[in-house]
Order: sequence, then C-alpha cells, then structure tokens
Amino acid sequence: MTAPATPAAAPLLEVKNLKVHYPLRGGFLKRVVDHVRAVDDVSFTVARGRTTGLVGESGSGKTTIGRALIKLAPISGGSIRYDGSELVGLSNRAFLPFRKRVQMIFQDPFNSLNPRMTIDGIIREPLDLHFPAMSRADKRDRVAALLKRVGLEPEHMHRYPHEFSGGQRQRIGIARALAVEPEFIICDEAVSALDVSVQAQIVNLLQDLQAELGLTYLFIAHDLAVVEHISDHVLVMHQGKLVESAPAEEIYREPKDAYTRRLLDAVPKLAV
Amino acid sequence: MPLLSVENLRIAFHGRERVTEAVKGISFSLEAGRTLAIVGESGSGKSVTALSLTRLLPEPPTCQVTGAIRYRDRNILDLDRRGLQALRGKEIAYIFQEPSSSLNPVFTVGNQIAEAVRLHLPEVKDVQGRVVEALRQVGIADPERRHSAYPHELSGGMQQRVMIAMALACRPRILVADEPTTALDVTIQKQIIDLLRELRGSAGMSVILITHNFGIVQGFADEVAVMYRGQIVETGPTDEVLRRPRHPYTRALIGCIPRLGARQHRLSTIDHAAIAREMAAQE
Amino acid sequence: MKSIFREVLRRRLGQISLFTRLALYLTALFAGFLATQPVNQQNLDATFHPPTRVTWHDGGLAVRAYRLVDRSGPHYEVIPGEFHRVRLFAPGFDYKLLGLVPMKRHLLQAESPEARLYLLGSDSTGRCVFSRLVYGSRVSLTIGLIGITITLFLGLLVGGLSGYFGGRIDFFAMRGVEFLMAIPSLYLLLALRSVLAPRFSSDQMFIVIVIILSLIGWAGAARVLRGMSLSLRRRQFVLAAESMGQSPLRILRLHILPNLASYLLVAATLSIPGYILGEAALSFLGLGIAEPASSWGLMLSQAQNIKIFMLNFWWLLTPGAAIFVTVIAFNLLGDVLRDVVDPRMKTQ
Repeated sequence: MTAPATPAAAPLLEVKNLKVHYPLRGGFLKRVVDHVRAVDDVSFTVARGRTTGLVGESGSGKTTIGRALIKLAPISGGSIRYDGSELVGLSNRAFLPFRKRVQMIFQDPFNSLNPRMTIDGIIREPLDLHFPAMSRADKRDRVAALLKRVGLEPEHMHRYPHEFSGGQRQRIGIARALAVEPEFIICDEAVSALDVSVQAQIVNLLQDLQAELGLTYLFIAHDLAVVEHISDHVLVMHQGKLVESAPAEEIYREPKDAYTRRLLDAVPKLAV
Repeated sequence: MPLLSVENLRIAFHGRERVTEAVKGISFSLEAGRTLAIVGESGSGKSVTALSLTRLLPEPPTCQVTGAIRYRDRNILDLDRRGLQALRGKEIAYIFQEPSSSLNPVFTVGNQIAEAVRLHLPEVKDVQGRVVEALRQVGIADPERRHSAYPHELSGGMQQRVMIAMALACRPRILVADEPTTALDVTIQKQIIDLLRELRGSAGMSVILITHNFGIVQGFADEVAVMYRGQIVETGPTDEVLRRPRHPYTRALIGCIPRLGARQHRLSTIDHAAIAREMAAQE
Repeated sequence: MKSIFREVLRRRLGQISLFTRLALYLTALFAGFLATQPVNQQNLDATFHPPTRVTWHDGGLAVRAYRLVDRSGPHYEVIPGEFHRVRLFAPGFDYKLLGLVPMKRHLLQAESPEARLYLLGSDSTGRCVFSRLVYGSRVSLTIGLIGITITLFLGLLVGGLSGYFGGRIDFFAMRGVEFLMAIPSLYLLLALRSVLAPRFSSDQMFIVIVIILSLIGWAGAARVLRGMSLSLRRRQFVLAAESMGQSPLRILRLHILPNLASYLLVAATLSIPGYILGEAALSFLGLGIAEPASSWGLMLSQAQNIKIFMLNFWWLLTPGAAIFVTVIAFNLLGDVLRDVVDPRMKTQ
C-alpha cells in the first residue's frame, strides 16, 4: 500500500474538479428534481509541510471539501490524489491506511469529545484502531506524552471532558489527532468557537507542532485574519466554487476577486 | 446623572460544595445615548454581569447578588416581580449570542415580535404595522412577506436581525448585546455591528456590548471596561484604552488578536502568572 | 454509574425508594425462608382465619390460640390465656434457598403443629396469605425485570440501528414499529393466551406472558431510541470516530450506547411498574398466572368475593397494597434517577 516515492516538491494532495452534489428530492415519488452543488468543480493542491488556508462563509462548501477528503461526504465527481494515490472510489477497507495518515480536528470543542469517555479513552481510540499490536503500557505512555505535548497534564487522562474548558478540550482534540502520527491534519474551524486569547494559544500550538513534526495542514475557517496569519497559501470559497487561490501575502496585498475583498473588508481593523 | 450605574456589584453562586464568586465588586456607569463595551474572556464574569442588570440570574439562595444597580432613581435589586417585568424588554432589552436558540422554532418571527409588542406596549393599536416597521428597521428586505417566516427558514445573520428587531420593537432605553456576533460569519458580523451602530443613533439608545474580542469594539463603543476574573481592571474611552492600555491584562488581550497584513511569527498569548505578578507589583 | 448511585442516595426520596426496592427484592429472593407455611398448604378447618397476633409471653415469642365460633361466617375468637410458642430461625417445611440449597430453617415457625401461624390471615381454602404474598412477589418483581430487558434489548437493537444507519433500514424498521403499535395489545393478549393456554403449564405461562408483553411493548422504546441515536449521530464526536475509520458496530458500542445509557436506566425504572401492573391485571382477569402458583394479581382476583367485603376480611386485600408500594417505589426511583441523570446528559 505504500505510495511510490515522490520528490518533496510534489504536492501532498492534489484535488482536481472535485464535485459534491446532494440530490434534492421532491414530488410524490421522491424523485431527484435537482442537485445542491455544495462543492462545484474545485481544483487545488496542498504543499507538503505547509499550511493551506481554506476560507469562506457558512454554506460556501469549505467544510464539505474537508469531509470529502476523508470520505465523510459523498463525492459526485473529480479526483483526489494523496501522495500519488487516487482516493476517489476506494473501498472503506482500502481507505483505512489513509485514515491513519490524515486526521481531522473539529470545530466545536463541546461536541467533538464523547462526554461518556475519559480523556484516556478518547485519545486511545485511534491507537486501538490503527496500532492493534501496541501494548497497553505503551499506549498509556503515549497518551501521557501526547497530553504533555499539547500542554495538559498526564494526570488529566482519567478525567471526563466536562471537567475541561473549551481551549483545553480543543487541546485534547489535537492530541487525539496526533495519536496515530499523521502527516496531514484537516483543521475544520478548529479555533472559530474559542475566545481570542485561547484562539491565539491554539494557533501557536498548531504552528509549534508543525515545526516539530513536519505536519501539513488544511486550515478551514471563516475568519480571514486567522487564516492569513497561519497559512502559506490561501484558497477562497464562495457558493461552492473556488474564487481565488494565492499566497497569503498576495491575498492581503492585492486581492483579485470581489468576494475576497469583501472578506478582507469585514475583518475588524485594530488601529493601535 | 448617568442612566444606569452599577455600584460595587457582587455575584456569588452557592454550589453544593463551594461558593463561586463570579463578580467581585465592580462599579461602572452608562450615560444616555452612549455605548459601553465590557470586554473579557469566558469566565471573566461579563455575561453574568449582563444578566444581573435585569436580574435574569437564578433566585437566591443559588445566586446572591449584592451592591446596587441604579436605573432612573430605582435600585433594580430592590424591585419586585412586577417591577422587573415592566423593566425587562421595555426599558432594558437583550440580544444573545445564539440567535437560533433564542428564537422559538414553532412560531413565525412576526408572531414573536408581535408578542413582545403586545406585552410591553398595550397602547399600540397597529401591532402588525409596528412589527413590519421593526423588521424594515433592521434591514430585512420585503418585511411584509418575511414576517410570516419561521426561524429555521432564515440564515444565522437574518435570525440575529430578527432578534434585534424584537429587542427594538418596544423602543428600549438600553440594549444589552451579549456576544451578538460571535456565532456569525465575519462578513455577517460586520453587517450586524454596522446595523447596531446605525440603530443606536436613530433610536437614541444606550448600548452595553459584551464581547471577548477587542476587534469589534473599536469604532463602536465610546467606553470600554475590561473584566478579568470577576473584576474590572481597566476602564476608559475606547481609543485611549486601545492606544495606551495601562493594565497588563488589557495589553495581553489586545496583543492576541491576529491582524491582517502583520504576519508576526507568533501570536502573543496571555500569561496569567506574569499578569498576577505585575498586578501585585502595581499594588 | 457509581456517581449516579451516590447522587440517588443523597436524596431522601432516593433513599426511601432504593431501600424499599432492596427490601422487596430480598423478599423475593428469600421467599422460602420468610414464608411460614408451604405456599399451597390448605387447611379447610381454618378458612378466612384472621391474622394471628404475635405477642411476648413467658419470656419468648408466642401466638394467641383461636377458636372457630361460627362456621358459616366463618368467625373466630381468641381463646383467653392460651398461647403457642413460636421461634425464630426454627426448622420447618423443606424448601430450596435461592432455588438451589435445600433448607429447613425459617424466619418464624410455630413449635407445636396445632398452632396456627397466619401473619396475614388465611384465604378461602385456609392457605397462609403472608406466605402466598411472599412467594407471589417473585412473579411480580421478576416479570418487570425480564420484560424490560427484552423490551430495551429489542428497542435498542432496532431503534439504535435504524437511527444510526438511516435511509432504507430506518424506513422499514419504523414502518414495522408503527405496525406493531397499531395492534390493540389487550385483544392480542387475550387471543394468544387462549390459543397457548393448553400447551403451557402455569409456571411456563408466566414466562410466556412476559414475552408477549415485552414483544408488544418494545415498539415505543424503539421509536424514542431511534430519535436519540439520530441526534447523537450528528454530534461531532461520532464524526470524529468515523473519520478515524471506526467501524459502525464499534461506534454504536463506544459512542452511541454509553450516551443512551442514562436514558435507558431511567426508562427501565419507569416502565417496570407497567409490567407489574400488566401482570396483575392479566392475572386478575384470569388470563395470567393460574392456580396453584401464586401472584399478587391472582390473589387479588380471588379477593373479589362479595363475602370478603361484607365481612371485612381486609387481609385478603394486602396484595393490592403490595402492588401499590412496589409501583410507587419504582416510580419514585425513576423520578429521582431522571433528576440525577438529566443535568449530566448535557455536556456543559
């Protein structure tokens, strides 16, 4: 299942003409009358070891793209090449190795952790799944190390999610994503629900982890200021279509699309 | 004389095992027609303060509120149930963070606004007209048709406009906006803040804006009060606080906002231990 | 689970209902030990005997002796000055402790065979009401447990799966549920009972009734559980599990089921009384447990004789009181559990 060796310059992810269309049913027999074009003919690449920002408002299709990449949304057409292998059309079984390499961090820190599981159980779940041969003690050590790495105490592993603040829960979500040593992490609005002060901590943590582990990020958010700050390259989505794709500095300095300008304009300016 | 003044307000929650002091003796005042922003992180006590203004907190003994909240020669903390009912909505109205959960899903938005009007302004004959007017005020196009829409048929931004329309329909003197834009997209955030700014001028309302984000305060609030761990650590005119923050916490809070075009290597974060040291040194 | 238990014990109502239930189940478990007479031992010389008074006499426990004055009544009178000694933990008739260990010891036994030890009087054939009540508790208390186990198992299986998978599975499962709910259950029970009656003995009938009751009852539970699993399905932690490649069965077991557990606990506690009452009603109508076995419903049905009301044989109505206490204890515990569990169901 190993992909052919690719030069470091080749993008890690190459998405071509991706389409996610949901059928709209109507009438007496529930026939398909039309489609909602959640993602309509979108192509982009994600460079290895870099952060690609994906920005747009709710309903723009940015979250659907993130989900389609890991087979959580039905793909109607197009191709997704990950490290040289085609992902579209793979069976669940054939896709499993990629689930270890690609992880996701979710938006809502209050909803993304099972309230009935201890922190240990939550972080161990992907380990149980992808490292069945690992011993119990090794897993325990790994969970402790991960908690430490994201800025929490190893003693926290026996607690439940409701005992933690929003920022701490997001750290737990990051530890869970890191557990299986992925190379690519999709951050789906990972900091949008947090206070600005906590948001800064999480953004810094993500950047530190990237420098340390050589991670590749797809950073999905609606706030251009955060996206511009963390990303090397920025993609702008509007109504299911990609309207602009440019390096982060360029997006800020000379936005080409009218919608990008509107997004820039909406960011509160702090004249200090 | 200020329209609303809060003196040495203390709010404590009595749990089974311990007492949590959410607000530890704060004082501030609001002049008629002015806007005050209370800025702080979650857990700073800012939302509890907002709710306490019309006593929307749990009853004692669960929650003890002491001090004074003076509004037009009355102490709100001394009002009885009837007095509070007359105050809520009519004199002091609220909008909250989550418009989708603040609206009742089984009634049309027009119905919900009409309900507020009938409750507080029984003298208004043309309730329907008032509803349509309020919807038009908040920039909802085609209000004659939209007022029969259900909440789920509207987008988040539109729902928040409806909430504002509902708050404004009774022409309150004070509007308390508790994180009104946090759950919304950035583009919609700007629209809502612009709308609030415009309405504040035309209706002559005072506004109390509760937020964690200094970004939306500038250009909107006249004064800022920064809340940290149940206390107000700094107050002053917005521009002055933003330009020359005196308190270390204020500086830290301003520092962690990501800025466009200033791709600094790391965002600064709040070092609570350092702030505690500086606060101790200042005293 | 442990903390739920602690919280329940913290509330007065919780304590009362929990200890009542404990006492009831201990009674059912140790029915043989508590009973003073074999469950079916008749004594036609002592029909409708009033409860014998237990007193302290001569440095030990004793019961008064009674004399039959009027056979047509029948009417009994205490014989003054005559006592029969009774002993605690004394040997008596044979029984099996917990259905396994052969034993002879009983909590209370009369020393001489002439003594009549009727703690709650006797019925129309002179059987000890107290002993029958104690034995009958087995039926009433286990029927709820067995019934709710089948109901929740089926409900969880069908409701949980259809809520999780949705689509076609959901559609057919829910139409099936609606079909079951449309069946008038009482008539079905009557029909099944009359068809099955000749094939089963009285003891087996008990199991059959439970199964019928729960086979009809699971549909409602399935609908509620489907709704809950549908809403859990949309929570992000389920999405997170899916994104890491977790199999549907393990998602159900690890993520959906534990989040339904608190609801299941409350639902189970609140629906057990339904089964107890259902059994009582069926037995009362003569469709449930039949002689010579004993159950509270059956005992009540035998108490509907006009003579009992006219002559005030109140002790024959004690099974009604037992049902009442049991049902109230379950309902109270269910309410307390709901109070304890509800705030914990929220994540914040």
